[in-house]
Order: sequence, then C-alpha cells, then structure tokens
Amino acid sequence: MADPKPRVKVPGTAKAGEVITIKTLIDHKMESGFRKDKKGELIPQQIINKFTAEFNGKPVFSADIRPAVSANPYFQFTVKVAESGTFKFTWVDDNGSSYTDEKTIKVEG
Amino acid sequence: MATRQTTSLPVRLAAVAGLAAACFATIAFAGGPNDNKLIIDGKEYVTELPGPEGSPLKTIYSGWRFRNESTQAMQLDDFDNPGYPNVDTGEQLWSKVDGEAGKSCASCHNDASESMKGVRAQMPKWNDKAGKPMTLEQTINACREGNLKAKPWDWESGEMLGMSAFIGSKSRGMPVNVKTDGPMKEWMEKGKKIYYTPVGQLDMSCAGCHEKNYGKMIRADHLSQGHINGFPLYRSKWQKLGSTHRRFKGCMQNIRAKPYEVGGDEFVALELYTASRGQGLSVETPAVRN
Amino acid sequence: MHMTRRQALGLGAGAAALIVAGPVLTPAIAAGPTADEALKAFTGGAEAKAAKVTLSTPEIAENGNTVPVSFSVESPMTSDNHVTEVMLLADGNPRPGVATFRFSDMSGEASASTRIRLAKTQNIVAVAKMSDGSFYMDKKLVKVTIGGCGG
Repeated sequence: MADPKPRVKVPGTAKAGEVITIKTLIDHKMESGFRKDKKGELIPQQIINKFTAEFNGKPVFSADIRPAVSANPYFQFTVKVAESGTFKFTWVDDNGSSYTDEKTIKVEG
Repeated sequence: MATRQTTSLPVRLAAVAGLAAACFATIAFAGGPNDNKLIIDGKEYVTELPGPEGSPLKTIYSGWRFRNESTQAMQLDDFDNPGYPNVDTGEQLWSKVDGEAGKSCASCHNDASESMKGVRAQMPKWNDKAGKPMTLEQTINACREGNLKAKPWDWESGEMLGMSAFIGSKSRGMPVNVKTDGPMKEWMEKGKKIYYTPVGQLDMSCAGCHEKNYGKMIRADHLSQGHINGFPLYRSKWQKLGSTHRRFKGCMQNIRAKPYEVGGDEFVALELYTASRGQGLSVETPAVRN
Repeated sequence: MHMTRRQALGLGAGAAALIVAGPVLTPAIAAGPTADEALKAFTGGAEAKAAKVTLSTPEIAENGNTVPVSFSVESPMTSDNHVTEVMLLADGNPRPGVATFRFSDMSGEASASTRIRLAKTQNIVAVAKMSDGSFYMDKKLVKVTIGGCGG
C-alpha cells in the first residue's frame, strides 16, 4: 500500500482575524503495542506519535500522541488567521516516516 | 475460532447452554431506533421506509438509526468520517495503471463520478458470463483479471476496501435497488433460507435477532435490522473499513456457527437477500458503525 | 482484542463471563506512571483547579475503540495570556497518557477534538496549563460497553 492518506479540511477563504476550524484525519492503524497476533506474540507498537500544524512556517498547534488515540487519528482545532498563507500539516510515524499535507487560505480585509 | 480445546466436552456444552441463556436473558427493550436525521452536505438520506414488497417488517430503518449520537456524528461530515481516507485511496487506485494490459480503471470507465454512479446500489448484480450474481468485490476482481490482466485483490485488502468504498461512494444517497426476479429468484430463495435457518451452537438465525428482536439490547449491543446499505463501512470494533461478508462471518462466529466462505455462493446469496430487505434505503457507503 | 474475550468464553466461564466483559487490554503489560503520577509530572505538583476547562465526552461509548472527546478552555488566547498545553488522561487505561496538545497565541480558541481508546469504564481528565503557570482541569466519567454479540 501507498503511504497513509491525510485528509484535511481548511476553509478556502476567511476574514482577517477570523477563528477558523480545521479538521484532520489520516488512515493509520495506530498499532497499540498491546495486541497479540494469532500465535500469541505481542505486535510491536507502531503509531503516529506526533502531529503538527504550521501556518506560514510558524507552529500553531501540535499534539504528542500515545497509543490511546484511535485508529485513523482525528484532530479538530482552531486557528486565528490574520493573513493569507499556507498551512502545513505533518504526521510523524513510529517507523521514522512522516506524512505531510498543505492547504492554502485566502484572507481578506 | 481455531484453538479452543482446553476443557472437556460436557463442561463446554454446559458453558454453551449458559451462554445462550445469558444472550436471551439480557435482551431488553431499548426504545427502538432514534429519530435523528442523517444529513450529509445538506442532503438528507433515507433511513426509514415502509417495508418493501415481501418484507416481513412494517417499517425498515438503516442501521445508522440504531447507533448512539456520538457514533452517528462521525458519519455527518466526510472530514469526520474515519472511513473517508480509504475512499481517497480508492480514488488514487482508480487512475493507477496496473497489470499486463497497461490500463487503469479510468482507461475504460473514465470519470467514476459518472460511470460508477448507481453501481453499488444494484449489487449483487446478475452476471451473464459468470452465470451467477456477483458482488462489487467480485466485479472489481473480474475486471482486474479480465481487462487489466492484473492480479485479483484479496477480499479484505486495503486496495479492495478502498476501491469498493470509492465506487460505493458514487452511489451515496441513491436507493438500494437490487434485482430479485428472473435468474436472481433462485439466489433469493437460497439467501432467504440461510437468513431464516438457525445454525451454530447457539441455534440462532439472522431473523432471530434482526427481524424479531431489532431495537432491543443483546448484551451491550443495540440490535439493528441488519441492513447492508452502508458497506463497506468503518466499524469501531474493527478500527477499519470492512466488507459485508466480514460482518456476516463475524455474526456467524458469535452464534458459534462455522461461517460460510467469504466470497462463496452462500454469502453472495445472503448478501442479495439481505440487500433486498433494505430496498429503497439510501446507500451510505462508507457508513460508520460501532 | 476479541481473542481475550473468546478465550474467556472458551474456558467455560459461561454466563458469568458474558455479564462481566473481559479486559480489552492485557494487564500484564501495563506499566509506567499512573494517572496521578502523570498529572503530577505535568503540573510539577501544583494544584489543578476544577474550573475553566470544559470536557465533553459521551456518557456511554458504544465501543471503546473510538470515543469522541473534545475540550475547551476559557482564555483570551492573547500573547501574554493563553493556554499553552492541554493534557488528556484516561485513568483506567493500562497507560493513562492519551495526548498532549500545544496551543499558541494564534490558536484563537483553546479547544480541540479527537477520538480515543478506552479499555473500560473510566474517568477522562483534561488538564490545562496557562501561560502564567497555573493549572485548571475537568473530569468526566465515560461508560464503555464492550463485547456484545456484534460480530
């Protein structure tokens, strides 16, 4: 399979100073490290351990994540936007990979 | 269900009797379906209808109506729906060249929003070449093998679930509309027989729960009518998308029966008959359940 | 996870095993700090007052694998007065840590939603750290129903 697919909702436009809501999802099994396979062996933990959101290069929101976060991790949060720009979202996997997505927003007046 | 040989037969039988008794003893009234409306992107989905022709039920309800509000909420926005990243995966695969013919799905079927509209609503569908009805998964694999000259996908693989969810999503909101006449009649009869025949150590049938006791609690679960209009769907218990046949298999294991083969004629017939009991309900693929 | 329950049934516990649903997670591998210890580490021993934080959880979760949780913290969210971090704990999980969220003066609001795994009925705790070093919290009980006959 290809890399996990991020799925992000950011409004395309907003007014200056508006507080916008962002929703993010990524498909990831979030293997907890507590489950056993059919032979009774523990399946090693493999989760998304960190999520970050940056706006125009500045960190605006992040989460340190433990195995207690559900599969296909979901985060909803807010950002107050003052200018047009680009959001960059990053998910860091226990296996060393990271997955990113970007969205632009146009801020008026 | 492979290894469970730790106790003697009489002890196990006694345990089974206790299990069956407990299952029925804890069936209690829970008020039936709730009255919430399923509206996604401003479009209202049909989750309640008078029972279709031949239905033993006066009113049919989508399984969504039996879930509590926190489960229901996850289906109200495609950016909340945990099954939707897999739809995106399916969309990617749609135009990805695969197999010796050097083609992708899109090479023949172009824009899935047009060509796949309504396809999921009619599944399982009669296939002349095969001489039997085929499910969406079987149709996808027949296309892969016959036209793309590509390897078939495993039934429950990420690729198959992504593709069947993607194709299914193109029928979202359309009424379930399976053909039940002509050559399908024999398969309907076969499916109906499976639906009503008690099986397994608990001696239970599909109808025992989903026709006679829907709306009640069976232990901690609120029983639905068992419609399949949302499949493949994201299930919290599975923590991923799963197929109709996976659900059938799990149900059979819980009544301690030997499940039929995934993709086998019995489950295809059962899928057809079960789909027919939900004729007219909106396709919800990919739905979200507990 | 369902292996645990099946094994419990297979051992002949019968009806009793059904009513008392078996543990979802294996307790033998539970290790690390308790919820109280994690809370203390986060606050540095300072008191977290039960105010300003509103935690929203379902009263009953249909399945412990996907429990929606959201919180919001009263704060002007300006550069000199904002919420810096919110830690979520689940006191009945084998490891109580769930996630720690970091906010900034660009957050607008100190609120977020996520979905979490709960091994059984337990309390969820949200603790907010403010930019002046004070702490506030809220706590909610979530009842988790697991192990129906739902294949």
